[in-house]
Amino acid sequence: MISDEIYDLLEPIIKTYLPEDVSAIDINRSSDLTRELNINSAHLVDIVLDIEDKFNIEFKNEDMEKLRNVNDAILLIQQKIAK
Amino acid sequence: MKKRVVITGLGVVSPNGVGIPDFKEAIKSGSSGIRFFPELRELKFSCQLGGQPEISEEKKREYLSELQLRNFNSSGILYGVIAGMDALKDAGLNVTNKNEEPLWELGIIFGSGTSGVEKFREAIYKIDDKNVRRLGSTSVAQTMTSGVSAYLGGLIGAGNKVTANSSACATGTEALLMGFEHIANGKATYMLCGSTSDYGPYIWGGFDAMKVTTYKYNDMPQNVAGPMSANASGFVPGSGAGAYLLESLESAQKRGATIYAEVLGGAINNGGQRGEGSMTAPNSIAIQKCITDALTDAGITASEIEYINGHLTATIKDTDEIKNWSSALNRKDNDFPYINSLKGMTGHCLAASGSIEIVSAILQLHEGFIFPNVNCGNLHPEIASIIASEKVVTKLQEIPLQTIAKASFGFGDVNACVIFRKNKYI
Repeated sequence: MISDEIYDLLEPIIKTYLPEDVSAIDINRSSDLTRELNINSAHLVDIVLDIEDKFNIEFKNEDMEKLRNVNDAILLIQQKIAK
Repeated sequence: MKKRVVITGLGVVSPNGVGIPDFKEAIKSGSSGIRFFPELRELKFSCQLGGQPEISEEKKREYLSELQLRNFNSSGILYGVIAGMDALKDAGLNVTNKNEEPLWELGIIFGSGTSGVEKFREAIYKIDDKNVRRLGSTSVAQTMTSGVSAYLGGLIGAGNKVTANSSACATGTEALLMGFEHIANGKATYMLCGSTSDYGPYIWGGFDAMKVTTYKYNDMPQNVAGPMSANASGFVPGSGAGAYLLESLESAQKRGATIYAEVLGGAINNGGQRGEGSMTAPNSIAIQKCITDALTDAGITASEIEYINGHLTATIKDTDEIKNWSSALNRKDNDFPYINSLKGMTGHCLAASGSIEIVSAILQLHEGFIFPNVNCGNLHPEIASIIASEKVVTKLQEIPLQTIAKASFGFGDVNACVIFRKNKYI
């Protein structure tokens, strides 16, 4: 799956967890999920669960540590799908 | 010098009415929220009746965001949030914006018995399935006892004490008295207090097993023998939440707020599970002491009580409660105050019973009426031997009230009694 396709599937997942004062147009590939998009860090685990369901993959604890921005998520998803 | 404390806001989520206008209409007309639940029959409950507030999807979205409602499965938190936010709004107070300082003078005490059982059940299934990682971020917040106060605290921006109390069926009355003391001692200006109880079989099952609920009316939910009836055979379990905004009198007067009632005082005690008291049965000596201590704390005499909002659950213990009130107040027959119980219309809302009933009591005091104690055409003969039957109000009475008492009793031999008064401060 190419990264544009992944991004299109990922964007609505992230959008769900945006605080009310952040708009979906602020999401881009380099957006830091917690610092720039102001997503509550507790919701990172929910984002991961939604990604797992959408792409039928499973994240490990170490994968979680690498997840900072949208690009990190795309890379992780690509690696998992390839396996 | 203790501060005087008044109630300036009310909110309620009751099986027979959500929101103050609907609830007030329901209690005046004796409209019951008790229904038959097919799922309880399916689960082989003895009592297949219950009380559940009706809340639409649109209504939920007036209080919680789409994100907050994602994987949301805690009826008690929903009820508590609606009641709490309504009480705040009713008092004319506003929430703070995200970037402002917290409201240091506003605290919350919102109790529950068990919180978020449906959510907990969901989590337990996942954990037993070796899938703990799939719980997501929502399990803790929706199952912690302080769930309602934490949700409300965040919605409002409360910066004073934000906590939860738990004392079985006395929880709501205890929450009010804890908030009262906090303001009286000068530690806060506003306290949003109340209690909540989840809906459903996982909360109600234990009571069904103890045979304290009634199995006799499954096919006629509108006819369940009410509190104090000779035919009372056990309670119907209910759910919901009640909330009140307590405020120092000086603040309420300065704001020009509507004052529903003054909290004159009250008492909380425990029968120690000694004498006739046990985990599940009350010690009458403690109940009487709780009532007399409340009078002392309020600085009034027993003769001033005009109306009692009873705990009265429609069980064999109703007679004991009447005896205890009569002994504690030293009043009987025609001299006994008016008395009723809301539980005939809502079922026993367990941890939420005290708060929903306090809301009903305050509305009666504020507007001058006594709602009908429903389905009590046949007053228990032992009760009739203690107090005049017309003191048990079975038809709506418009009557000005000035001083009233409310008590709640619960498992663990807990007792709480509070005295309210109207208009003496103006």
